[in-house]
Amino acid sequence: MNKILNMVLKRLGLGLLTLVIVSMLIFIGVEALPGDITEAILGQQATEETVAAFRKELNLDLPAHVRYSQWLYGIVQGDFGMSLANKQPIGEMIGWRLSNTLFLAVTAACICVPLSLILGILSALYRNTPFDRIVSMTSLSAISFPEFFVAYILIALLSVQFNIFPSMVTLDEDMSFFQKIYEVFLPCLTLSIVVMAHMMRMTRAAIINVLSSPYIEMALLKGIDRRRIIVEHAFPNSLSPVINVIVLNLAYLIVGVVVVEVVFVYPGLGQLMVDSVAKRDLPVVQSCGIIFATTYIFLNLTADILSRISNPRLLYSN
Amino acid sequence: MIKLFKRSPLSARIGMLVIAVNLFVCIAAPLIAPYGETEVIGEVWESVSAPNSILGTDHLGRDLFTRMVYGARNTVLLAIGITALAFFLGIFFAFLAAVLGGWVNQLLSRSVDILMAFPTLIFALVVLSVLGTSVPSLVFVLMIPAATRVYRLARALAMNINVLDYVEVARIRGEGIFWVISREILPNTLSPLAAEFGLRFCFVFLFISSLSFLGLGLQPPTADWGGMVRENAGAITYGIMIPLIPAAAIAQLTVGINLVVDWFLHESAGRVPEEI
Repeated sequence: MNKILNMVLKRLGLGLLTLVIVSMLIFIGVEALPGDITEAILGQQATEETVAAFRKELNLDLPAHVRYSQWLYGIVQGDFGMSLANKQPIGEMIGWRLSNTLFLAVTAACICVPLSLILGILSALYRNTPFDRIVSMTSLSAISFPEFFVAYILIALLSVQFNIFPSMVTLDEDMSFFQKIYEVFLPCLTLSIVVMAHMMRMTRAAIINVLSSPYIEMALLKGIDRRRIIVEHAFPNSLSPVINVIVLNLAYLIVGVVVVEVVFVYPGLGQLMVDSVAKRDLPVVQSCGIIFATTYIFLNLTADILSRISNPRLLYSN
Repeated sequence: MIKLFKRSPLSARIGMLVIAVNLFVCIAAPLIAPYGETEVIGEVWESVSAPNSILGTDHLGRDLFTRMVYGARNTVLLAIGITALAFFLGIFFAFLAAVLGGWVNQLLSRSVDILMAFPTLIFALVVLSVLGTSVPSLVFVLMIPAATRVYRLARALAMNINVLDYVEVARIRGEGIFWVISREILPNTLSPLAAEFGLRFCFVFLFISSLSFLGLGLQPPTADWGGMVRENAGAITYGIMIPLIPAAAIAQLTVGINLVVDWFLHESAGRVPEEI
């Protein structure tokens, strides 16, 4: 138990360190902007006084490390600063959008995790049969497709041809849960298809890897039922790679969500970030970037810790 | 080589054909395209049956087929260039880290760890918001994530070979670092690296397309498949399937490459026991 606690603390420390360095990079990146941020916003014709006043407003007259610690301190307290484009507090802009993005990602995860586990195990069990070939070809294509291709195929079919689901998502705060589910159905399905393909292929590979070990052959020779071998012998031992696969792919959702949100004009964080990049609204980009990066690092960390806990060999090696 | 081709399954042959056709279109783009890249030939979103064009027209009345052909050239060639650059950088630093070890290895590997802690698209968005969307910043943004992945693989491969006897012999013989890298390590890592090149190309290619789709990649009026999906996205609500055409074009190339890479990986994994 002590060993596990030790490992978890060590990983958490490493994760925190990564997070600090990543936040520094995001901050320094914006610092390294060619020219000056004031020039980008006020234009070339700005007088010296307006520039000086603007710099003071943004605290640009303070040294970089002071501004960094102020910025980080603010973020930890939920204060992300002001948007350059519309002078609104970023915290307010983000709050509702973040909850929408999480809603989409969580719904997609609820669909694709169980489905891809089942499909992965089935195609490992019946490998090299027509069933496996079909699943494998479909998932290979789904991996190769850009997210927006999958999205537009679904729109063309379910929204334009049959007019079942809306192609643009409109959400507001007093919608019921089922109304929301109906609205996010298409973006959710798109995300699930893309992520499921990855998850399923990796699950299949992990289980086949375990199935080729000698103790499985031994169990087969003893005459144990195939299903029991999978459930009792193979599955617990492939748990470590499978957990890893699942959590890593959830991290992949973070990236996929940006494109899917843009396709469906979904009022989420990804859409906000892309808009802000086009407007070069740097504080908003910074804030969204740090939220996405934190989630990503946190998920990777979870994958690492869980796979170490579920595999004692990893736990006791360094 | 010919023997290898004869053994290839149907799926790999289809993949090779797809890649060949795409490369041909890239190279011969001006010869194939019936109109100029930005030439307006008709009304907005004219249907496929329009007399003077094959695939109809886009949102500005330009010939879609012409745009597709030039799009192939712009997107695919840029992706090949970036992948090659990422490979050169990734492999060079990976081999250096593996051969030199010590603090060089630590410094390079930890820097790569940090870069890989960023989700790729988020990294790209942050950098593009700072540098603006120009081709050089696009190259930078696409190359760095690809190079880190290549570095990881190449370093692991090189580490395994670096401890083998014949590398030791070469060192004792007094060969320099670059001789060891280019004559001992590189030839023995070529086969997995070749497969990785295919996969990395897909990654870069999909990434450019996604960025262009988000309006942050190649800027109009340059034809680009991802950008064309974005420009024509509005058509789909009128039941016009034009945005699906460039999107399908992106998909066919990545599927083709994946088919070849799949077979190649299978082949190089399966060949080892036969030779032993």
